[in-house]
Amino acid sequence: MSKINFLKPDKSNLYTFLYLGSFLFFVSVLDVLLNSFFSLNLTGFLPGFLSFLLPLILGFIGLYFIRIELSGIKQLDLLNKHINTNNFNAVLSLLIIFIILKSIPPILSWFVIDASFAGDSKDVCTGTGACWTYIKVWMRRFMYGMYPNGEQWRINLSFIALALLGSVGYFATDRFKKYLTLYYVVIYPFIAFLFIFFFISGGPVFFDFSYGIIAAILSIIIGFFIPSKFKFYYFLIVPFALYVLLKYFIFYEELIELGKLDGLNWVETGAWGGLSLTFIISFFCLIFCFPIGMAFALGRRSGFPLIRYISVGFIEFWRGVPLITVLFMSAVMFPMFLPEDFFIDKLVRAIIAISLFEAAYVAEVIRGGLQALPRGQYEAAKSLGMGYWKMHIFVILPQALKLVIPGIANTFLALVKDTPLIFVVGLLEIVGMLNLAKTNPEWLGFAMEGYVFAAIIFWIICYAMSKYSYNLEQKYKTDR
Amino acid sequence: MNFKLKDIGPQLITVLAVVLVFGFFTYNAQVNMENRGIDFGYGFLSQESSFDVQFSLIEYDGSHSYFRAYLVGLLNTILVSVIGIFLATILGVLVGIARLSPNYLINKFAAFYVEFFRNIPLLLQIFFWYFAALRALPLPQDAEAMFGISFLTIKGLFVPAFIWENFNIFFYSIVAAIVAIIVIRAHAKKVQETQGKQTPVLLISIGLIFILPLLSFLIGGVRLSFEVPVLKQLATTSFIYEGGVSLPPELIALALSLSLYTATFIAECVRAGIQGVGKGQKEAAASIGLTQNQVLKLVVMPQALRIIIPPTTNQYLNLTKNSSLAAAIAYPDLVLVFAGTALMQTGKAIEIVSITMFTYLSLSISISLFMNWYNNKIAITEK
Repeated sequence: MSKINFLKPDKSNLYTFLYLGSFLFFVSVLDVLLNSFFSLNLTGFLPGFLSFLLPLILGFIGLYFIRIELSGIKQLDLLNKHINTNNFNAVLSLLIIFIILKSIPPILSWFVIDASFAGDSKDVCTGTGACWTYIKVWMRRFMYGMYPNGEQWRINLSFIALALLGSVGYFATDRFKKYLTLYYVVIYPFIAFLFIFFFISGGPVFFDFSYGIIAAILSIIIGFFIPSKFKFYYFLIVPFALYVLLKYFIFYEELIELGKLDGLNWVETGAWGGLSLTFIISFFCLIFCFPIGMAFALGRRSGFPLIRYISVGFIEFWRGVPLITVLFMSAVMFPMFLPEDFFIDKLVRAIIAISLFEAAYVAEVIRGGLQALPRGQYEAAKSLGMGYWKMHIFVILPQALKLVIPGIANTFLALVKDTPLIFVVGLLEIVGMLNLAKTNPEWLGFAMEGYVFAAIIFWIICYAMSKYSYNLEQKYKTDR
Repeated sequence: MNFKLKDIGPQLITVLAVVLVFGFFTYNAQVNMENRGIDFGYGFLSQESSFDVQFSLIEYDGSHSYFRAYLVGLLNTILVSVIGIFLATILGVLVGIARLSPNYLINKFAAFYVEFFRNIPLLLQIFFWYFAALRALPLPQDAEAMFGISFLTIKGLFVPAFIWENFNIFFYSIVAAIVAIIVIRAHAKKVQETQGKQTPVLLISIGLIFILPLLSFLIGGVRLSFEVPVLKQLATTSFIYEGGVSLPPELIALALSLSLYTATFIAECVRAGIQGVGKGQKEAAASIGLTQNQVLKLVVMPQALRIIIPPTTNQYLNLTKNSSLAAAIAYPDLVLVFAGTALMQTGKAIEIVSITMFTYLSLSISISLFMNWYNNKIAITEK
């Protein structure tokens, strides 16, 4: 054992080992650094595989030497604790450092140094780097799809207005805080819908949709004044009745024409696309899947067996099939189920399909929250004389929803990530537009740039959402 | 009477609403099909399909029936799901453990991987691998051999094929080895529970699984040879490899992106599971004198697995369902072959979409039933 021990430092030769180890480690890192950044090969005189492995061996010996326990030097102890606990960790750390050093130059040169930014035609893209000119030229298509260039201010205006209206919650004073829920659940979606209806669409496209939305919002508002004894029947019957009433008796198409804003042309939904379509679809599906999911979560926990079975069947059916087949169904099978003169726009069909699909996932998440609440909460609410609806609205759901914020955020994230699938029904959001641009004979061969661009956009959106949900979770965390 | 109405009323109305909606749909479907002259029925399944499929595990060409085409699609879906689940599990477990590493670099590297791949839509990743990354591979004639026998080219991965003689004997020997291992494990467990003796089960198992198939080579007359793919010139500029097994680029792109994407979720499940085992458990195990490895094997892992398995099952299900995105890059899976080509040819939308959905539904349900059974088996049995 003594033979091996002479390689281990003690008090007398501590600094010898420290200097020797650091030197070897830095030599190995320097070798890789020079190799990757300046393509100098310091160890070129050695045979192939040895020259390849030399930095690793040198670095390993160096890290072995400086692995001194309780050396008394703060930085060294920190280094040892974090990347150099044992031989295995040392090798892994070295490998990761080398991989990072090796991959920086090619990535950097592709993204920035050799890339072309200027110009507006393919001819400028001669370098080995990325051709960001391609993105620049196609930017409008990636953002707005086939929406006419002259009309795109309508989308911008609507989105800016909605973003401003959506941020009202941050500036509300305490006096108005209690109305915020009402605002976000009922008024804001309605305003958003009006914007999309009058501004982005600007014409008679969203008929059925508008009837449905108006019926739903009217029935929710009236629903507040219905005694809780009849609430169930009310919500089962009145929205449908209102919808039929609006569609066949009150809302004539002439009325819609009257409501049209002057000077705005109608843009059919087939022309919508790009990132703005991603936002529109995500927004509507988010609004719809939440209440539907909540209804089925409550249905699954209901005391009535038939309602429970129907809810279980609904949830398990949607959770068992892939979204792409659901969209297939909405595209080819659903029109068969409707009367012949009954036309539903394909965007609306896609939104309905995705909403129902995600609602099943939301339902399961909310059910998890409902199950996690202790029985005492239900019993306490009942002992105060609350009925089913009062108990759920004022006691159970606020607590349960707080518990499942991360789960719901994950579902919404999945929803945003699922929107590219609408290529199945022939709508092209940003990924679809990329595939279209890729096949343009003038711009062949820039697939990589397009996908990297879309990946960065989606990554930013999704990462921001997940961080936001994490913050919400921390904010609403209550000790239980 | 009032009491009964309170119970039955809501149920009755809900059922009535559901029946009305379904009745409305069925009535419309009947009227529509009558108007368009389409008749409802599954008879088309036995008709000749007369379309070809690029990649198939079973023998298939245009002269086979639609049902055969369905089977081809289903097998392709299962193939890519199994490959994806296999790779995703290995990668996910590795990354999940790396996330818990005390090594700062490894930890951050794993975290970067998870945050990166999880926040990009799967469809985009599939497109990226298929249209951008794999298109950068060399042409068949320029490809360099990997280990001298397999070729990764723009037209796919070409690997040697196994050619067996007396394959059934080899197969039986493996089955026999697995049965023997199960019996020995059960016996060893019994011995340990009654007498407290430990048997080196792992060594015996490894020995059995190697020795029995080896014996089948020596005694049973099993022969194995390889067929290495060879470059063949089709035209002046068109080359292809012949012989061996060829994996199409669609399969590679799909399996790669599915496993890279799902591995991030599995990694999070594994991390949560291992973190979910209480610190006291490890300390208690260490204090009764178990070694570090024994603590991991006998105390931490069995408890962590109970937390890990249910969410991981969900991820397996998601992977299977996500494999339907294959339709976007023309990998002939169930959706593309059956709900795509076959639907276009027959026009039987209702039948075909319902069969496809039912197939996925039963795949999902069977995986979740199996996992429920396994979950129950390893659950804590409280006395």
